[in-house]
Amino acid sequence: MSNRLSGNEAVAYAMKQINPDVMGAFPITPSTEIPEYFAQYVADGEVNTEYVTVESEHSSMSVCIAAQAAGARTVSATSSCGLALMYELLYVAASCRLPIVLACVNRALSGPININNDYSDSMGARDSGWIQIYAENNQEAYDNFLMAMPIGETPEVRLPVMSCMDGFITSHAVENIELLDTDTVRKFIGEYHPENYLLKRENPLAVGPYDVSAYYMEHKVLEAEAMKVAKSRILEVAAEFERISGRHYGLLEEYRMEDARLALVIIGSSAGTAKAAVDKLREDGVKAGLVKIRVFRPFPGEELARALAGTRAVAVMDKSEGFSANGGPLFAETRSALYDLQERPYLIDIVYGLGGRDVKTEDIEKVFGRLTDIAVTGEVGPVYTHMGQRSKEDNA
Amino acid sequence: MASNDMVEIRWHGRGGQGAKTACLLLADVAALEGKFVQGFPEYGPERMGAPITAFNRISEKRCSIHSNIYDPDYVVVVDESLLDSVDVTGGLKEGGAIIINTPSSPQEMRPRLQGWAGKVCTIDARCISEKFLGKNLPNTPMLAAVVKVSGVLETGRFLTDIEESFKHKFAAKPQVIEGNMATLKKSMEEVQVG
Repeated sequence: MSNRLSGNEAVAYAMKQINPDVMGAFPITPSTEIPEYFAQYVADGEVNTEYVTVESEHSSMSVCIAAQAAGARTVSATSSCGLALMYELLYVAASCRLPIVLACVNRALSGPININNDYSDSMGARDSGWIQIYAENNQEAYDNFLMAMPIGETPEVRLPVMSCMDGFITSHAVENIELLDTDTVRKFIGEYHPENYLLKRENPLAVGPYDVSAYYMEHKVLEAEAMKVAKSRILEVAAEFERISGRHYGLLEEYRMEDARLALVIIGSSAGTAKAAVDKLREDGVKAGLVKIRVFRPFPGEELARALAGTRAVAVMDKSEGFSANGGPLFAETRSALYDLQERPYLIDIVYGLGGRDVKTEDIEKVFGRLTDIAVTGEVGPVYTHMGQRSKEDNA
Repeated sequence: MASNDMVEIRWHGRGGQGAKTACLLLADVAALEGKFVQGFPEYGPERMGAPITAFNRISEKRCSIHSNIYDPDYVVVVDESLLDSVDVTGGLKEGGAIIINTPSSPQEMRPRLQGWAGKVCTIDARCISEKFLGKNLPNTPMLAAVVKVSGVLETGRFLTDIEESFKHKFAAKPQVIEGNMATLKKSMEEVQVG
């Protein structure tokens, strides 16, 4: 059915359709509306979720871990410093192999304190063992959230999933959306039947005990193997989802890449803005395209290399600053993925959009202008630059 | 950058005046009428009275652009005092229009618009809302004025659809619907184009 919802409304509605057993709830801008809307569903008796209000995000993730370990299906939502406060528990959730689903509404980390969008929060948690899926718009935020549980709960995966969308740009913008009916959603999600859980009488177990050196590494290898398995499981779930929704999803999305010589690698809402720029450049005869990374963990390195194999110059668009002095996190992954190609394209990294700095189609066109020059001259120039910031001259 | 079959509207208001609400309501009604819509505010530190901006894109095809709007077709100014501090006509397209909440006429407003040569529309949204709603709620009359001036939605159908939307929104206090509908109609009658 057609409707119009903001990203936060869409994810809260997805949660309502799923009717999870437990929600750990603590508000933080711009994800606050998710627990707010969900609290209304609880109050109206539309879900029978145990809605646990806590005093911090550290506690909301702790609630999710305890409840999921006890055999319950759990969800939470957070942003920015809230995710940072969960940091210790993110690793606990992943290593305990608890398929919690967290809506991460991406917002810049402090400091300086800022409420607007970038990926510094979730990129900081990229090595925590969580699957990370990023949405371009409200539709994808809804769809990704519905696909998260069937991915994470698969016995061979059993990893928590972070379903990410851009703060304000997606979370607070009302756009058209196609919603599935609740029966279809419940059938798609299915019942949660974990193999082992705290409250199972036949096989009581301890969760999260001290792991000595003689075992720790084996557990970490199993976790790493699970993340590899997640890649194929994400595609299986996407295929199942396509059957009920008609909407197609992959690990990444190739946009006008068939014969593209110049390309961007980009995540989230800016990919939509960049698609409009690509369309315009194509009208002018420029062989432009883009690859949108939908799944960042596990990282689709081989698929990305294949997608970029025919290009001559590529700009990686990083919406978080890694302070590596060597480019942002998406650049590091992309450059690593391209290493095994026989003929590699020229590669640059552009850090943009920090703290909500807006990106326009014209900005993207300028990036393609740079790629055109690089493709023609073979001169890359500075590899790692920032875009959209005022210069000292502007301020003078 | 918008295509020809897209209408872009930029709202300027002050925190608490309902510019964001009006923007989202316009998106809601346009979506009801089968359009593709975007309605979104620009967020910063939120405080009553601070200048805020909100945006609408209304089109026949889904729009993938998610930037703010820099070259709008229409600008709505919910608070006249913003003319002194915000470049409200910045990027406004030549064939577009600016709609201002003021008791003054378009001719009186034009000298305050930084050389803007296009269409200027005025509406006394404060007066209308105080008369029909009993308080200064300028966003509803401004919404009606921009629908009328832009023609982005057919006015008759807009009024029917928004009444449905109000019935849902104000299910708990249906007594306010009549005043809101009267406000919208009056605003459509009174908006001056110069």
